[in-house]
Amino acid sequence: MKLYMKYVGIHIRSMMQYKISFLFTSIGQFLVSFNVFLGIVFMFKRFSNVESFTYSECLMCFSIVLLAFSFAECFFRGFDEFASMIGNGEFDRIMIRPRGLIFQVISSKLELTRIGRIVQAIVMFCYAVSKSQIHWNLYRIITVILMIAGGTVIFAGVFIIYASLCFFTLDGLEFMNVFTDGAREYGKYPINVYGKNVLRLCTYIIPFALFQYYPFLYLCGKSNQVSLGMLPMLGTLFIIPCSGLWRLGIRHYQSTGS
Amino acid sequence: MIKVEKLSKTYQVARRNSGFREAIKSLYSKEYEEIKALDCISFTILDGEMVGYIGPNGAGKSSTIKVLSGILTPDSGECTINGRIPWKERKAHVRDIGVVFGQRSQLWWDVPVIDSFELIRDIYSVPKEMYQRNLEELVELLSLNQIVKTPVRQLSLGQRMRCEIAAALLHSPKILFLDEPTIGLDAVSKLAVRDFILGLNQKHNTTVILTTHDMQDIEALTSRILLIGKGKILMDGSLDELKGKSVHQDASLDEIVAQLYKQFRI
Amino acid sequence: MKKYLSFFRMRFINGFQYRIAALAGIITQFVWGMMEILMFRAFYRANPSAFPMEFSALSSYVWFQQAFLALFMTWFWEKELFESIKTGNIAYELCRPVDIYSMWFVRGIANRASKAILRCIPILLTGYLLPSPYRLVLPDHLSVFVLFLMSMLLGFLVVVAYGMIIYGLTFYTVNPMGIRMVSQSLAEFLSGAVIPLPFLPDKIRAVVELLPFAAMQNVPFRIYSQDISGSDIYQAMLLQVIWLIILVTVGKIIMNKALGSLTVQGG
Repeated sequence: MKLYMKYVGIHIRSMMQYKISFLFTSIGQFLVSFNVFLGIVFMFKRFSNVESFTYSECLMCFSIVLLAFSFAECFFRGFDEFASMIGNGEFDRIMIRPRGLIFQVISSKLELTRIGRIVQAIVMFCYAVSKSQIHWNLYRIITVILMIAGGTVIFAGVFIIYASLCFFTLDGLEFMNVFTDGAREYGKYPINVYGKNVLRLCTYIIPFALFQYYPFLYLCGKSNQVSLGMLPMLGTLFIIPCSGLWRLGIRHYQSTGS
Repeated sequence: MIKVEKLSKTYQVARRNSGFREAIKSLYSKEYEEIKALDCISFTILDGEMVGYIGPNGAGKSSTIKVLSGILTPDSGECTINGRIPWKERKAHVRDIGVVFGQRSQLWWDVPVIDSFELIRDIYSVPKEMYQRNLEELVELLSLNQIVKTPVRQLSLGQRMRCEIAAALLHSPKILFLDEPTIGLDAVSKLAVRDFILGLNQKHNTTVILTTHDMQDIEALTSRILLIGKGKILMDGSLDELKGKSVHQDASLDEIVAQLYKQFRI
Repeated sequence: MKKYLSFFRMRFINGFQYRIAALAGIITQFVWGMMEILMFRAFYRANPSAFPMEFSALSSYVWFQQAFLALFMTWFWEKELFESIKTGNIAYELCRPVDIYSMWFVRGIANRASKAILRCIPILLTGYLLPSPYRLVLPDHLSVFVLFLMSMLLGFLVVVAYGMIIYGLTFYTVNPMGIRMVSQSLAEFLSGAVIPLPFLPDKIRAVVELLPFAAMQNVPFRIYSQDISGSDIYQAMLLQVIWLIILVTVGKIIMNKALGSLTVQGG
């Protein structure tokens, strides 16, 4: 942990060399996700609800997904950019250091500009909370925290899968978009909106629903089962098969270039 | 001690001829070619030896270095370095080695060099006194006094390379791998780097393995030469043996090596 | 003309080389399209009467959007161009015997078209084979199809011309990142890439449909799904032509001015 803070320190110092660029990119990040927000606003101008979820509920759902995604992207950026780390030999450098590989990949990249998205998600969340009629209690507060934390871990798992696939192919990676940007984008509505099959897929294969749909049912009072709110914890187990794939990838690693 | 026995590694490379029709053809059928980067390589290097590892581009030099430094897992064969298998005991192994890739940097681009050094100190958990001692020695021998406080992007190539070498030695490795350490350097910097490496070997008995295309590096630094081509070790001997292969008397080292490449068809 | 053609050919071969990448891209876009349609289905079920277009028309719209994503995406930039402006390497391009605006314009066309041609057929085919109402519907009349093709070409050129203006503007700023992100977000939403324009409230929509962004993917896709018909088609296409002329003119002026000041400064 101490070493991680050292890395963070260097990242921040590097970033400070490009203050203006940092500012602009953060603002850009803020604006990009604003589009999705506008999409939701106009859809609900026309329709009062979707699958019995209201406007403020969808906003809250989206802001939680966006928060989880932005955190994951901010701290696990190394996996997201792993293809280039392999390409430019940065990963070779990591291999010759006496520290855990996952630790080094995580700490060698930190994307602070995602702060723009995080801010947007927080603003949206606050707005949604003020508009909704949620009966807050301790369990519901815990549920929100678990949803964000669990979501961050699950997205991190997806990033690790993405990085592991880099060991095998650098061509087919665009498909993983579905589970990264796609999941963020389509996470704007509770998953059951997309039908039963998608919900099943997102429950058993890639457990997005475990931190989004099910706990959300409890959060917005559509279900009284507290256990639903605790499901994100189960979802974090997803990280285990992900790291298994990662280990398999390491063994398969063919360093490129001379 | 480095002991390598019958090491092999193959890559698959996709092949396609040029032209429009071929491009479309490659959509449904792709030909793969197996390239033997390492083909049953064996050698032993003793502690404190300085070895020059030469061969044309794509001969397998980098692959060997990558196996020895624990980056690549070979298909078959054995390799033990100070009693450890690099790719199996990676963390313990890499504490003992230092690597400098001439074309790549391990320093952080935007912060002063000393910050990178301190991070490396923490990554390797170098004890305080040892770090201080090493840093002072390296700063003095490589004349880094003013340089360490400068951000890397403002350094010249020669200054940067000296910093790279220092960064690889902060944890007192027993073995140093140098991959083209003098590439692109001016004459003064080249000489400084060579002098330093010689001194390092004499003072700390560090084993040095040097890959380079610069024959003057080889001549100045190494006593033993490994010649690799198409994944095979073609020659393992002293500099004098290499010179003995020359056809006419006053051929330069470059000419001798070029002639050998031709002779071995590599 | 020959130099443009050979450039186009290079790009095309390049695209073909990565067949796994192409396949992955096709599957990705198919999944995105499917998710989009499923999402609209939920809204349709919630209140069919509030749905501003036929559901089958929406399906066609989404499939075309995915199939021709490469032609109409406003968030696609060539990093090399930004780099060459930033580093001043553009000076080299000035030495070549070609007009930079045309060269970059063709470059944009080649890049996008080679991607789209490779990917559109499988997506259109799969979209066509899906069960109704999720499938891609064929238009009733050949004339609709011809108009659609013409309008798509116009829309495509408008996208490239719009991109040229943004490249041109980066000459004037220290940090092109800001302009790029604002312009792409704006264009994405107003062109109907996030939600089709008919879903906007009527008053907003009336204004948005006059903007250059509506002349991009909105017009051709809605002609195809027969959401726009009759004389509205000609009106919409006329607007496309007008915007194309305006954008190209503005782009050329910006570019020439920027390049002019570059040579004056001694580049």
